[in-house]
Amino acid sequence: MESYALLVLDALLVAVLLGLAWAILESRDPQRGVALFIAFGLVLAVVWARLAAPDVALAEAAIGAGLSGALLLAAVRDEPAARDAPSERPVGQRRPPLLVRVGTWAVGLLCAGLGITIAWAFATALADSDPTRLADIVLGRVAESGVSNPVTAVLLSFRAYDTFLELAVLLTALLGIVAIGPARAGYRAALPVLSGLVHWLTPVLILTGGYLLWVGAHAPGGAFQAGAMLAAAAVLLRLSGNRSAGLPSGLALRATSVAGAAMFLAVGLALMVAGRPFLGFPLQWAGTLILLIESAATLAIGATLALAFIGGRPDGWSRGGTAGETDRC
Amino acid sequence: MLTSQLLYGIAGVGLLALGLRGALIHESLLRRLLALNLMGAGVFLMLIAVAYRGMGTPPDPVPHALVLTGIVVAVSATALALALGRRLRESGDHD
Repeated sequence: MESYALLVLDALLVAVLLGLAWAILESRDPQRGVALFIAFGLVLAVVWARLAAPDVALAEAAIGAGLSGALLLAAVRDEPAARDAPSERPVGQRRPPLLVRVGTWAVGLLCAGLGITIAWAFATALADSDPTRLADIVLGRVAESGVSNPVTAVLLSFRAYDTFLELAVLLTALLGIVAIGPARAGYRAALPVLSGLVHWLTPVLILTGGYLLWVGAHAPGGAFQAGAMLAAAAVLLRLSGNRSAGLPSGLALRATSVAGAAMFLAVGLALMVAGRPFLGFPLQWAGTLILLIESAATLAIGATLALAFIGGRPDGWSRGGTAGETDRC
Repeated sequence: MLTSQLLYGIAGVGLLALGLRGALIHESLLRRLLALNLMGAGVFLMLIAVAYRGMGTPPDPVPHALVLTGIVVAVSATALALALGRRLRESGDHD
């Protein structure tokens, strides 16, 4: 039975979330919308912590709020004054045509109807369901996975195949971004205060990433959060004028980007050669293999998210691989 | 079924509906991406609400793993969409 104080906290958090969501979508200035979106992500991280999901809270704060916000702000910077909120009117025309207004209301009603239906289905399903589901089965068998953090056990052992394919999805997105065109414009060299701060923060971020990677086996943390720390260091370097964002160039960069999926594949195939199922870790080696895969995944995730922020093919992408290439795009 | 599960689940549905409305009625790519991200946040909220089992019991780790994967995939999809949008704008088409 939860106390009233928690109920008040929950009600406030929900109200703030919904209010922020409305404000994000109805804000006139896109930059304001993105700033509110970052705030939304951070409040959401608090909600995850309230709902006993610390791993998700770490990832949301770093990736969902931080990196997503950085990406969107960079996109706002690219866009010449884009003002498009439905309340913006061209001079001389007070209100949009009747059809557009009716259409907007119709869409609003449709979405409200859909929301009510899903909410009713959700409430009914929740009331009827067995609250255990897989939870007790998984929690009972965490010891067989080689790590003691249940979320890491699910991600890297019980549902390792899903995580492998997710790294492949990341790689696909990266290939798309790199294939589309060159990187966006860089930033000018930072003045001494920012430059000095970045000099201090970069090693701290790398160290924190390494710590999160290590501690993910027995406490909240893991490859995704660690990769986000590395990406944050890269974003900081890029923002302070370092064009390559601290990333390697040429073959090393390309190898780092595929490292996560490649390591998964290599370990899986090696296990098959040894007579076990694909990604079926033997108990005494499970912890080591998981750490190996997570290390490669951390580097890959950091490189991928950093390249996503850079927004296209960086200068050093093709160096050290093919010689004398001409690319037109 | 806990009250907080229901409360956060309904909030998730609300975010989903708000995001869907925003994605449909706005014209700019950036606004639509914000709306899609809000829809994603709504779905994650529903999943984590279902995984929560009260203050004393450890939560169900499977939806947590799904949401963790979902957050990372959502960011990479957003990045790809922004790169595509930038390219479209540079080559003269409009979103």
